[in-house]
Amino acid sequence: MEASFIKELQGIVGKEHLLTDRESLAVYGYDATPELESAPGAVLLPGSGEEMARIMALCYGNGVPLTPRGSGTNLSGGSIAISGGVVMQTSRLNRILEIDQENLTATVEPGVITSTLHKRVEAIGLFYPPDPGSMNISTMGGNVAENAGGLRGLKYGVTADYVMGLKTILPHGELLRSGGKAVKDVAGYNLTQLLISSEGTLGVFSEITVKLVPKPRSKKTMLVHFPEMEQAALTVSAIIAARIIPATLEFLDKVTIRCVEDYAHVGLPLDVDAVLLIEVDGHPAEVEEDAAGIRVICEKHRCSFFQTAATPEEALKLATARRVALSSLARLKPTTILEDATVPRSCIAPMLKFIQETAKKYDLTIGTFGHAGDGNLHPTCLTDERDHEEIRRAHLAFSEIFDKAIQMGGTITGEHGVGIAKKPYLPRLVGEAGLRVMRGIKGGFDPKGLLNPGKIF
Amino acid sequence: MEYVELLNCMRCGMCLPHCPTYKETFLETASPRGRVALVRKIQDGDLEVNERTLEFLTLCLDCQACATACPCGVNAGELVAEFKCEEKEKGGLSFMEELILRKLVPHPDRLESAMLPLRLYQKTGLQRLVRTLGILKMFPPALERMEGLLPPLPARPLRKSLQEVTPAVGEEKGTVGFFLGCVMSLIFSEASHATVRLLSTLGYKVITPKSQKCCGAPNMLGSDLEGVRRMALFNVELFGSHDLDFIVTDCGGCGAELKKYGRHLPGDKSSAEFSAKVRDISELLALHADELKEKLKPLPRKVTWHDACHIAHCQGIRQQPRALLALIPQLEVSEMNDPDTCCGSGGTYNIAQPEMSDRILKRKVDSILATGADYLVTANPGCLLQLKKALSETTPKVKVVHLTELLSESLVA
Repeated sequence: MEASFIKELQGIVGKEHLLTDRESLAVYGYDATPELESAPGAVLLPGSGEEMARIMALCYGNGVPLTPRGSGTNLSGGSIAISGGVVMQTSRLNRILEIDQENLTATVEPGVITSTLHKRVEAIGLFYPPDPGSMNISTMGGNVAENAGGLRGLKYGVTADYVMGLKTILPHGELLRSGGKAVKDVAGYNLTQLLISSEGTLGVFSEITVKLVPKPRSKKTMLVHFPEMEQAALTVSAIIAARIIPATLEFLDKVTIRCVEDYAHVGLPLDVDAVLLIEVDGHPAEVEEDAAGIRVICEKHRCSFFQTAATPEEALKLATARRVALSSLARLKPTTILEDATVPRSCIAPMLKFIQETAKKYDLTIGTFGHAGDGNLHPTCLTDERDHEEIRRAHLAFSEIFDKAIQMGGTITGEHGVGIAKKPYLPRLVGEAGLRVMRGIKGGFDPKGLLNPGKIF
Repeated sequence: MEYVELLNCMRCGMCLPHCPTYKETFLETASPRGRVALVRKIQDGDLEVNERTLEFLTLCLDCQACATACPCGVNAGELVAEFKCEEKEKGGLSFMEELILRKLVPHPDRLESAMLPLRLYQKTGLQRLVRTLGILKMFPPALERMEGLLPPLPARPLRKSLQEVTPAVGEEKGTVGFFLGCVMSLIFSEASHATVRLLSTLGYKVITPKSQKCCGAPNMLGSDLEGVRRMALFNVELFGSHDLDFIVTDCGGCGAELKKYGRHLPGDKSSAEFSAKVRDISELLALHADELKEKLKPLPRKVTWHDACHIAHCQGIRQQPRALLALIPQLEVSEMNDPDTCCGSGGTYNIAQPEMSDRILKRKVDSILATGADYLVTANPGCLLQLKKALSETTPKVKVVHLTELLSESLVA
């Protein structure tokens, strides 16, 4: 990067918020995606939306690629500067600007940590439901750019269901306002929804306004064991069919259960084939009724164990198995490939079966857990990046799993995004027309193709 | 260091919100994930050990909050410490470190006499004069900070005044070896007195071997693994000569180090046995909660508990101290925000990295003050020093005490 250009960047953010030394740049080459790494030419940590806009205008004018980054927890390579250039980290823009109790909205800067917003609004009896697994460190900007999901997706939906308004800085530095606090708004194209899950390729958010809801008054947590996986999967569909929508309906398969038991000794019997963690919330009377209904359905599907937490502490204990699922799997081998193939929930049972068969076919260890209620599964392959042959087989297996998901009317990614990692599979899902329209949109926003280049398609 | 431990980091970022230096800077280079990546890149030959990489690695407090947060069991703090040890073994100790670590710390007599001038200095009123005139401004800033940290020192270090055997009160339940931390003995001897009193009241015979040496934690901070091993061998043999049910310490830092002797001396059976017997004082007292409860009188105060890194993160002890505080009648315990975030003391970190230490400390002090408590309770001398100084400067009404001091005060005479 040219010295004069660096100097101009420094003029915008100041010396201490610009990194250009080789040692710093080396650790900005990755995010949470395995096997991908590419160091940028400079890292900037702007302190305001105005600084962000000036950086973006300067880079665009000089033909320098720019990759936005929050906390770097992306699982599809979305925050990796694959074409070099500048990485712009939004962490310093971390103010909660407003909590509007009349309109039930919160307006935040992009670097606000998701769980920080949770705590702030819950303290006053409000609720921001999206709860991605990384919520203790993920940023709101990243959540919107990736349309993050989470455990509560089944009842409460995902990030897109809560974003009402955005201030977005376009690639050349111009500010775009879309949406706002009005519940109804049909003026022109819905740019807000277009920008959500655009993976940082169309613009960078400088302000986000989200909808809040009243905090549920009570909740009940249940843990259920099943000796047969198929029965557990059928239970999931049966609960929904009975018009009960739990806030959380999580699943662990046999491989995951074994790992959890080995690591955390939570007392799961080894003849258990699947575990469901179910949480219902809402009005106390409704919660009681739903919990009773769920129990009947689980027993009808031959569950071997059904426990309801009597206290919040007990609820936390019941949730342990699910909470430590990823850790327990990840400890087994050095490299963990966590995927998020998603199917309509009626297809959970056949999908789980297919994943197990595929793991066997390619001689891999794949544990599956995830958000069974919304069909979003996390088949997790445990491998070692130094074993190139096994890695090759893992990619073949996932390719088949994605094909199967598409065939079932599902998708290649439910919440991690396409980024770099899922690029090869997107054409299979959206076809030529889908790609053409997406490229057209990208061209409309970013004719030079400089913002987060090399992602999605 | 095993290379595979570096590979185990899946870069998920779960450690970031728990790392005190990341919270201050938002820099990947100041995060556990970034440090593991740096060490790995050095091992891979992509980066070198140079001023810049060392600057990033030495900014780590080794508070091990990252280890608690890591889903894969990676301990970034320890990996960095081990890496520094290995580098040091290649390059040798610098002169100053050599003096402190190899000559002073292994010999309690020398350490105590080194403290003597400081005690005199305080007693004679010279301290006030020096502070008033700002004479210390003429010395290196590190010395000035060290001086400022010192609270009034006890007249005699505990190692000298405590008898070798303290008998159990009433029926004898068992025998414990008391491991006296250097700083506890030299500066917080009243707390350690309280520890011994609690143990004997609960029916333990307490043996305090006089010739015991430092646990080795300061050597570890100085990346001197050989030094740690020497201390370990000596202490293991010394305590091994007594028939002990437990080895107890009231210093979080010592406890964490003593529990690692088995790891430092792989294959050495007696070291592993020694480590298995080590208990933080709160672990042992909590076993006798019912009995203790009957002996405690009311203390109508509001307190807040600070989880020392060496107790919460390194030893996984969180519940026991809280359970013990709950035993004291009329004591109100108010939890602070992030009680297990480092106070910035980090052994010698507050002297080596004053600017970052102060930033971390400020956050901690704000959390303490927000509780409205008039007592800050903790159980590690580094934190006691750091927080005593900070609070005496800003909010003298908030007292800083060791857990055993508070329990002992509540103990019916």
